Amino acid sequence: MNVQTIVGLEIHVQLATRTKLFCGCKLGFGDPPNSNVCPVCLGLPGTLPVMNRTAYEYAVRTALALHCQIARFTKWDRKGYYYPDLPKNYQISQYDLPLSFDGHLEIPLEDGSAKTIRILRAHLEEDAGKNLHEGLDHSRVDLNRTGTPLLEIVTQPDLSDPAECRILAEQLQRLVQYLGVSEANMQEGHMRFEPNINLHITDDDGAEYRTPICEVKNLNSFRALERSVAYEQWRQKQQWQRDHAYTQENHGKQNRGWNDDRGETVFQRAKEEAHDYRYFPEPDLVPIEMDDAWLAEIQASVCELPLARQRRFIEHYGLSAYDAGVLTAARSTAEFFDEAVAARGPAKRVANLITQQGLKIANERGCAVGQIGISAARIGQLAQLIEDGTINASAAAAVFDTMLTDQRDPETIAREHRLIQQSDAAALAVVLAEVLAAHPQAVADVKAGGKKTKKARGFLLGQVMQKTGGQANPQIVNTLLDESLQ
Amino acid sequence: MEECTALQLRDGIARGQYKSFEVTERIFERIERREATIGAFISTFKEEALEKAARVDSNIAAGRKVGSLAGVPIAIKDNLATRFGTTTCGSKILANFAAPYDAHVVEKLEAADAVIVGKCNLDEFAMGSSCENSGLQKTVNPWDASRVPGGSSGGSAAALAAGMCYGALGSDTGGSIRLPASFCGVVGLKPTYGRVSRYGLVAYGSSLDQIGPFGRTCADAALLLQAIAGHDERDSTSIGETEAPVPDYLADLDRPIEDLNIGVAREFFEAEGLDPAVERAVREALNIYEGMGARLVPLSLPHMQYAISAYYLIATAEASSNLARYDGVHYGHRTGRPRDYLDVYYASRAEGFGAEVKRRIMLGTYALSAGYYDAYYLKALKVRNLIRQDFQAAFERVDALCCPTSPEPPFKIGQKVDDPLTMYLSDIYTISANLAGIPAISIPCGLADGRLPIGLQIMTPAFTEDRILRIARMFEAATDYHARRPELKL
Repeated sequence: MNVQTIVGLEIHVQLATRTKLFCGCKLGFGDPPNSNVCPVCLGLPGTLPVMNRTAYEYAVRTALALHCQIARFTKWDRKGYYYPDLPKNYQISQYDLPLSFDGHLEIPLEDGSAKTIRILRAHLEEDAGKNLHEGLDHSRVDLNRTGTPLLEIVTQPDLSDPAECRILAEQLQRLVQYLGVSEANMQEGHMRFEPNINLHITDDDGAEYRTPICEVKNLNSFRALERSVAYEQWRQKQQWQRDHAYTQENHGKQNRGWNDDRGETVFQRAKEEAHDYRYFPEPDLVPIEMDDAWLAEIQASVCELPLARQRRFIEHYGLSAYDAGVLTAARSTAEFFDEAVAARGPAKRVANLITQQGLKIANERGCAVGQIGISAARIGQLAQLIEDGTINASAAAAVFDTMLTDQRDPETIAREHRLIQQSDAAALAVVLAEVLAAHPQAVADVKAGGKKTKKARGFLLGQVMQKTGGQANPQIVNTLLDESLQ
Repeated sequence: MEECTALQLRDGIARGQYKSFEVTERIFERIERREATIGAFISTFKEEALEKAARVDSNIAAGRKVGSLAGVPIAIKDNLATRFGTTTCGSKILANFAAPYDAHVVEKLEAADAVIVGKCNLDEFAMGSSCENSGLQKTVNPWDASRVPGGSSGGSAAALAAGMCYGALGSDTGGSIRLPASFCGVVGLKPTYGRVSRYGLVAYGSSLDQIGPFGRTCADAALLLQAIAGHDERDSTSIGETEAPVPDYLADLDRPIEDLNIGVAREFFEAEGLDPAVERAVREALNIYEGMGARLVPLSLPHMQYAISAYYLIATAEASSNLARYDGVHYGHRTGRPRDYLDVYYASRAEGFGAEVKRRIMLGTYALSAGYYDAYYLKALKVRNLIRQDFQAAFERVDALCCPTSPEPPFKIGQKVDDPLTMYLSDIYTISANLAGIPAISIPCGLADGRLPIGLQIMTPAFTEDRILRIARMFEAATDYHARRPELKL
């Protein structure tokens, strides 16, 4: 028996515009209910929507990064359904002429290979509000979220296991954050996922079966996405094994909800109960025509994408895959790294400073690495000091900490704190001679060879360090030691 | 000053000859005397209006600059949102609805220093041809109280004809300005789609709706249009100033158009139910134009016969969506004791909407339903395109088209209420202009039996309101139908 899992993903991404998609209300999170509303997003009689041009540009920017075709002529459509959180009882969306289509996104798999997932389409639509079910006899409606611009991205059914779904979602999160089109903050519900899952089963007699396609609605974490797909894999196979007539032909598509506590999906509705949304062109908005100049302007706003950047860091700077991954997780970190390297900082040293110290502090403070108080140029200088042996790694760590609050250049700070390495071989030879003279037994131990050698060498080196206040360049001392004791 | 036009009144007030306060007082005296019979207003604003009038008077007395309608009492249709009073749309479902904002045209009237006296009755959500579909009250025709004033802007037309204002605003989706103008013996202009911002006009058929003026004369219609026309960034479908600048509609109004070619479509006189008195009056009007040197060009608008069918699919489809928001959840009428949340929808809408509105919601919902969309809505859009092309072809040959506004004079109250399809035929001449998006005007051109007004409709290409007004003015200057007034024993 061969079982293949087929998954297509619908992803809603909240765009980080200042204002809503069709009115001037601000986008907020956690504000008092119904405080970011106006006659337009309340859908009051007589009001009309006006398109937020920035939202459209953000959507096109994302579509370009997904290698999509950009439609030169699109329109808006009304999707009709009644729900208390939808004040007009229709949602302004895009139906048959989405702003973009036919793209793809490459995702890195866990085995180190890459896979290309095709994008069917990406279009813009407005979000609904939120129903607050707080009493037994009533609910309240908060319309702050109403009219928030959402980019809906639909993949082809190219995903074949739960991990791939999660990776795609994570890659997409990094992508939209990179592009600056979304904060993609999961806690604030900026990304929502709806996987469509079924199994293609070939039994031992060669007969082929397709289980009913199940759409799991409204998942808002990577973990829930991965778990729900895994659960559906298991559930659909179980159900088919019990009853081979459990097929798409017999049952049609169904919607299921996700119960996170129980870790299972729950049946919501079958195809025959599906809404007729009665789509038709939105007469209150004019169609959008995108000319070459506008498209070029948006094209220019697309930055280097995360995977390409990660590859460049590995191939061009010789960073490890792990470090490159950490440095490209956020666009601001990657740009900070690039800037520090551009300021003549040796790449590997810069990478170490950022990954081992900079990001640690940034994470503690909940800010970007560029906001911890040290400029990229200063990091570059510090990396250079390590590279040319002016200071050693532990001194560099101390200088770094001082630099958080001290704007002066790292060399000045190192000098003031007496952290500059003593690399003058002649001066160090004098110190070493004194040490050797003072500790004949240790010298003898080294010369004797055997198991005491290593310890004795370490002792002599330590004495030199002590006499120089820790500033001696250990490499040079080691060389001198070799020469003296041969 | 009773017999003044809005323009004459405006000039008189500006000169200090009249006081807006006194004019407005007289208007309210008349409203108090006549309104019980006519029923044109859903709400009036005496106190606010007199306050505004006094302010205009003192501004004029102090020599301060005032707007183009300073001190002139104006009425508006009650589907235009106002911060003051209610905006009912003639519907029980919005009977107590107070809008928190002003429609664009209301802002424009305020900016022009007009005195808004009241908000006028209409067929519920502007759906109707007689004003009988109002969920709130009846309006009668000032020329004959047993007859309808036309619809849907019947209140605006009746208020003007009964001397209860000097000008009025209405809205026109399939003839809702022109038909009542024709029935009440006043001038009514539906501008080009996009000429006037719809922001604050409660939508019926969004791709067809347009706000326009009623006046006693062409000059008054021009004066009001001037005040409300122009781009508004809150309405994406309102045209930009560079694409179609707003001309000075009064500047050349009295200058006749030379070498005028008037198209007369064969279909105009073949329409079902064309009343002989109307046909006579319109043919006479055409003769008058000919007498002034115009050339009558016979032509054909072959797709006009499908206009009503296309209209009742497109307008109702849009309406079914536009009216979805009246659900008892957020504002407006909510049923008393709903069984569950779905019942809030069902019962609130069942109680709040009248029969004609329900009929059109159902028709439109059906036309947009899966499996029927292509056969109905999409086909109607194709017909709409063909009608547009008919007009384009016609306007390559002629400057304007002339025909009746309505196939018959104002009919009896109750005569058609039980027969919606007959009622729909009242709009047979007016609907095409909405489908094509072109301007159209109705001007008085006769009286059936010497007492029932008849309207002449003129249509011209998009954004040529200046031309349509000049052509209409030529007829007005040559006749005195516009000066006839109903005999009101009130």
